[in-house]
Amino acid sequence: MARMKFLCDAERCIECNGCVTACKNENAVPWGINRRRVVTINDGKPGERSISVACMHCSDAPCMAVCPVDCIYETEEGVVLHSKDLCIGCGYCFYACPFGAPQFPQAGNYGSRGKMDKCTFCNGGPEEDNSQAEFQKYGRNRLAEGKLPLCAEMCSTKALLAGDGSEVADIYRERVVARGFGSGAWGWGTAYERKS
Amino acid sequence: MNRASLHRALSCLGIALLMIFAVGVVFLGSLSLDSPAMAQSQGKAPGNALGNVSDPEFWRQVRRGSAGTVSIPDKKAAVLVQSGGESWRVKRNGPISRYGAWGLVATVMLMVAFYLIRGRIRIESGFSGRLIRRFSNIEVFTHWLTAFAFIILAITGLNVLYGKYVLLPVIGQESFAVIAGWGKFAHNYIAYAFILGIVMEIVLWLKDNLPDRYDAGWLAQGGGLFKKGVHPPAGKFNTGQKMIFWMIIVGSGFNIFTGLNLLFPFYLMDLEQMQLMLILHSISGLLLMFVIIAHIYIGTVGTEGAIDAMRTGYVDENWLLQHHSACVPKKD
Repeated sequence: MARMKFLCDAERCIECNGCVTACKNENAVPWGINRRRVVTINDGKPGERSISVACMHCSDAPCMAVCPVDCIYETEEGVVLHSKDLCIGCGYCFYACPFGAPQFPQAGNYGSRGKMDKCTFCNGGPEEDNSQAEFQKYGRNRLAEGKLPLCAEMCSTKALLAGDGSEVADIYRERVVARGFGSGAWGWGTAYERKS
Repeated sequence: MNRASLHRALSCLGIALLMIFAVGVVFLGSLSLDSPAMAQSQGKAPGNALGNVSDPEFWRQVRRGSAGTVSIPDKKAAVLVQSGGESWRVKRNGPISRYGAWGLVATVMLMVAFYLIRGRIRIESGFSGRLIRRFSNIEVFTHWLTAFAFIILAITGLNVLYGKYVLLPVIGQESFAVIAGWGKFAHNYIAYAFILGIVMEIVLWLKDNLPDRYDAGWLAQGGGLFKKGVHPPAGKFNTGQKMIFWMIIVGSGFNIFTGLNLLFPFYLMDLEQMQLMLILHSISGLLLMFVIIAHIYIGTVGTEGAIDAMRTGYVDENWLLQHHSACVPKKD
């Protein structure tokens, strides 16, 4: 079984925000929520690099470990999904996540946050695949259609890679060899290595 | 000058010009090759575009949580990796959960052991039938306001920490999510009843919980807890009760401060401090539960006649003589 992973090649990302737009449109993401965002380090200075980041679908995901109602689960393909029916909006997943992926429709007090929303690797949620209910809560289920996440599919410089982790790693390895430098497979240590 | 010599002179000049040109080309060429913009070594991008920071150093800073810039309104999203969450997860799911559960079980076991060894502390001279007012109605109300609020907060709080392992497997995910959802609302709003109760307790009882001349004697005799027939004199509250009072006030203070920060996230605290608030809230909450379990035992099963003080506000005269001899009203 494939183990799905994201990889953003920081030597290629040009901060066009195409991935952000693709994600918002494909998944009808609510106003105020960005499942994917582009962070620029050293903006405007030598050494500037941009990185597109969303939920990394971690192994042994911290959000899963702290969720008090166990509403977050990992699919056989390593995609971390959650049930908005079970979510109580406590915000613990947000406090635990290294990548700031979980977000809430309201930023209010007293747990008036609403249901958590995050990147689904374009894989929907626990509802029936490609059903109306699934689309309304989680957006498109492209994996069920045999497609990969749209953010990576639409990346203009092919900086953002999504898919089977070993294939993604192969592509990136080729690039590193061809370039002769750079192996910042950004976030992989945090997301996919064994947690202490 | 004949034609042949002119030809030689011109060709000499030509060779000289050619050599000057060649030297110039080599010289200028080497100049242009020296400039970093043109050096195409190891496939690096031209123009020092990647700066002078080495790759490992760059990624190390990212890994340690340095923030970049984002074009979206939520500026907190500029941090790429925050590791505080993982240490919070390790502490919460590790030592806090483990020692908290052991502590709760140990406290209950301790009470059971105390009951089995010492038994119920009875009124030695029996009920006299004469009642003396010990607490006013407002004091009784304050006690139960705080007590019921605390019990709801404790149960809903424990549910957040342990419900996933204890209740969820029994009643299933859907029902558990509903209960936990309502529990969260109850926890968030009943907190204010608890805060009110604690403030009223401070106003009503602080003056009676300051140290007095009976404390030393009470402590020296172990409060008579461990020996039948020993009853050191005490005022309205004996030293043990005072200790419980102060533990409740300090513990609740901690809980209220951390809890209010959790209710109003990011008003005063940044993300790292919010994680600290979560840790402190669970620790101080669990410690307070240990104290309250002991308090409930002593006030109900442990001491005959004690519950009347909080049921009606009146206690039996003999009970008061035995436990709080220094505050029995003088008989005319």
